[in-house]
Amino acid sequence: MTLSVNDVKRIADLAYIEINEHEAQATLGQLTDIFDLIETMQAVDTSTVEPMSHAQDVVQRLREDKVTESDQRDLYQSVAPQVEAGLYLVPKVIE
Amino acid sequence: MQWEIVIGIETHAQLTTQSKIFSGSSIAYGAMPNTQTNAVDLALPGVLPVLNQGAVERAVKLGLAVGAKINSPSIFARKNYFYPDLPKGYQISQYELPIVEGGSIKIQIGETEKTVHLTRAHLEEDAGKSLHEDFQGMSGIDLNRAGTPLLEIVTEPDMRSSAEAVAYAKTLHSLVCWIGICDGNMQEGSFRCDANVSVRPKGSETLGTRCEIKNLNSFRFLEKAIDFEARRQIEVLEDGGSIRQETRLYDANKDETRTMRSKEDANDYRYFPDPDLLPLEIADSWIDQLKDSLPELPEARRARYITDLGLSAYDAAVLTSAREIADYFENLLELLPDQAKLCANWVMGEISGRLNKEAIEITACPITPAQLAALLSRINDGTISGKAAKTVFESMWQGELERNADAIIDAKGLKQISDDGAIEQLVDEVLAANAQQVADYRSGKEKAFNSLVGQVMKAAKGKANPAQVNAMLKKKLSA
Amino acid sequence: MFNASLKQLSTQLAEKKISSVELTKAFLQRIEARNTEYNAFITVNEELSLAQAQVADQMIAAGQASQLTGIPIAQKDIFCAKGWLTTCGSKMLSNFVSPYDANVIERFNQIGAVNIGKTNMDEFAMGSSNETSYYGPVRNPWDVEAVPGGSSGGSASAVAARLAPAATGTDTGGSIRQPAALCGISGIKPTYGLVSRYGMIAFASSLDQGGPMAKSAEDLALMLGVMTGFDARDSTSLQRETEDYTRDLEKPLSGLRIGLPKEYFAKGMSKDVECAVEQALDEYRKLGAEMVEVSLPNSQLSIPVYYVLAPAEASSNLSRFDGVRYGHRAKSYGDLNDMYRKSRAEGFGAEVKRRILIGTYVLSHGYYDAYYIKAQKVRRLITQDFVDAFKQCDIMMGPTSPTVAFNIGEKSSDPIQMYLSDIYTSAASLAGLPGMSIPIGFGDKNRPVGLHIIGNYFTEAKMLNVAHQYQLVTDWHQRSPV
Repeated sequence: MTLSVNDVKRIADLAYIEINEHEAQATLGQLTDIFDLIETMQAVDTSTVEPMSHAQDVVQRLREDKVTESDQRDLYQSVAPQVEAGLYLVPKVIE
Repeated sequence: MQWEIVIGIETHAQLTTQSKIFSGSSIAYGAMPNTQTNAVDLALPGVLPVLNQGAVERAVKLGLAVGAKINSPSIFARKNYFYPDLPKGYQISQYELPIVEGGSIKIQIGETEKTVHLTRAHLEEDAGKSLHEDFQGMSGIDLNRAGTPLLEIVTEPDMRSSAEAVAYAKTLHSLVCWIGICDGNMQEGSFRCDANVSVRPKGSETLGTRCEIKNLNSFRFLEKAIDFEARRQIEVLEDGGSIRQETRLYDANKDETRTMRSKEDANDYRYFPDPDLLPLEIADSWIDQLKDSLPELPEARRARYITDLGLSAYDAAVLTSAREIADYFENLLELLPDQAKLCANWVMGEISGRLNKEAIEITACPITPAQLAALLSRINDGTISGKAAKTVFESMWQGELERNADAIIDAKGLKQISDDGAIEQLVDEVLAANAQQVADYRSGKEKAFNSLVGQVMKAAKGKANPAQVNAMLKKKLSA
Repeated sequence: MFNASLKQLSTQLAEKKISSVELTKAFLQRIEARNTEYNAFITVNEELSLAQAQVADQMIAAGQASQLTGIPIAQKDIFCAKGWLTTCGSKMLSNFVSPYDANVIERFNQIGAVNIGKTNMDEFAMGSSNETSYYGPVRNPWDVEAVPGGSSGGSASAVAARLAPAATGTDTGGSIRQPAALCGISGIKPTYGLVSRYGMIAFASSLDQGGPMAKSAEDLALMLGVMTGFDARDSTSLQRETEDYTRDLEKPLSGLRIGLPKEYFAKGMSKDVECAVEQALDEYRKLGAEMVEVSLPNSQLSIPVYYVLAPAEASSNLSRFDGVRYGHRAKSYGDLNDMYRKSRAEGFGAEVKRRILIGTYVLSHGYYDAYYIKAQKVRRLITQDFVDAFKQCDIMMGPTSPTVAFNIGEKSSDPIQMYLSDIYTSAASLAGLPGMSIPIGFGDKNRPVGLHIIGNYFTEAKMLNVAHQYQLVTDWHQRSPV
């Protein structure tokens, strides 16, 4: 598998992280090394193996349908970068 | 060329739980911005989701109502994308193993019945809202709706016209309300449809390229958007162009759809199983319990109305369009067991018409089935005419005389003349005074008969039993 | 006092020989005097700590004390603590005063323990040297030129330098065990699901597990008793009977079957580490244990698998840091997307960005099956190896880290070398098994060596017993660099 600078930029784009040309180049080298390491797992035959998503073989527990929360907007918005009239402000959202 | 329109529908039904799908915050509509958001809804660092049993229950009920398979386990997955109304940067949804798979819904278009197959229904969380009023040139984010439980119900591309699509949407709407899993309030966004529309030459087996029209929140918009979109696609193809797969928005003001995003700039959502949520298993005993809790379903009632009561498929469909209407009809029928057709006509006619006019639900109908039954039985026994019954109905609606049909008939003097002797006397008088028309009739002018009936009714001030008047006239004229 | 065990401190508090306020002040003064040297703490808040100490003294006076009441505990800065700056070692959260408590914090608060400060860590727990912290590298008290290991490097350094009697850590691929080994202290990562993850800022959800770091196995047992337990707010929290983790400490080890995974002894381990491990194993033979060779054939794949799964989960877990509701927002930006991109580019450090990119890539269209699903399948094989090996032994041992602590800056430009620091610890994380490290001597440059103990699921009490018996006959755990 060969990564290109464009791949790096595309991934950075998907991850919403600004990256300049120089960073993309440097990252490409590191990611290439890391993926060389990762590729070693391809050697194992896993055709009959089920993927393992969780560390424990348990099932989802359910919460009773009950309202347990009260309004704590002021507390939560005390850490917000920008709020007005109880709303979180962001640069204009274009649909 | 003849074109065929192919439609599939995805519906987001908001579930009638008290709390959010993964947190204990309220989902009540209309609260002050961000007052129904807790640490989990705001995706503070370190918080975790725990699944709401009520949401699961409602999804299973829908599955049972449409004869689908309930998957156990089903898996929650993360759909990753950035948007300010999506606090975690991913939406928890279901991807590879949805809770409900398959199933079907029967729809009625006029007297024709059709089956629409469902692909799946899966649980997911709703996003918040962006408010675009100007806040120093910025948008405001309200996350009260974020985390509201939704059931996304997806059909196969089984519909062939906007009329079928609307019939499906209405049937599904009535079903989710019927089984109590959704309040169906389309203004508040509790029931929203996306339509996948494509066209192909009639007779073709392959599907054309489809466009998805998002967020249609009324049946009328659904119909108009599909009609516009199908016309647009046909025009493009007939001009030798090709359809681009894309997501489109319907603009109700201009009655047109326009591009929202094309497939090329569609997100790579990077779905993967949510490591914070474990496989959801649903015990057979729980499914059985939920099955027992379901009311008789509209399809079953519809079939019963046709076979047991002899109603037409159309009437049966209308009466079962909402559980409350069907219940009203059955309560009425219980008091007039042999009068299914009469009961159906009145529920679908006077009652529905009046409710529509006043924009109220049948649960708020001022006339009870018992009161209406009292009125209808007076039509049946010939005490009043159908026409007079409408006058009585109006008085009852207005609340006159405690909505007592007999009291109103008496007070308004609406009793019919059903006495044979009295009718014979009236007929004789009219025949004597209209010799010319009698002669016309006898020489073959059928129309003259109606005129004579009118004269008799006029003489009786409208109170004569029309059937008896008809019979008496026929008898005298043929004598 | 600074070298006292938790049990000794508890006794002194109960006998009113010292108050919690006095004890807290003493540790705060020690931190004040020495933290500049080690950079082990990101936040110290005298006011909040002393307020808790006062409450603790009241609890003790009222006879409501339990064993850790009034004892200062250092909290890894990954745990949200209400009213405390909670940074996770990142510029992204450098202004985040948590509005809520993590379950672990709640548990310590409930029994009246004192939060003595928030410890430094690799940014978002991504690192094995504590060099990725926005707050600068932590130094190893045994040699300030050396790294303390990571990601719980601040906690390890604080306990080793006796700036706190005990600390909390979290472990995703070795983040408790490796720094414990490199700083010459004891640390245990319990079975996945025993410690609630609620309020513990997520790195890789299916691997993250909180655990204690302390001077001895006995101290770990007391800490573990507080930290573990069912939490309804974490879907992966296990519903189990409460355990007294001290219950088996005194049991003799005769007949204990210690499994030695041959792959861990084959290559990669440096000579000094190997030597210390052999000596420790000899000590266990003297204690009556027998050695059994076992095999974990797929364990060499645990690093590749880990570096697919952990970044994949992290890339998604860290999407919430977008500068909208909390955390860093870029000062200047154009439109909404630019605000996102700049805030995240500025708020995250190089290693975090690297892992987000790896994770985004392995989940992206066309690569998901080849990387993510493949890694999940190999994860099962790695887990199955352990299941098979535990049929032949009661516990497994090996080195915690292939080398003693390396120098600050030595590996920071080579991610691969850094990643290989976790070569012995990541397999147990993937399997969800409990793992532990205890000090067993010194290697090159007189830097500590740790012994890695892997237990079967839910055998923490046995592991602590095994560690405690060793610590009864050795004194490595009592050595202090200061």
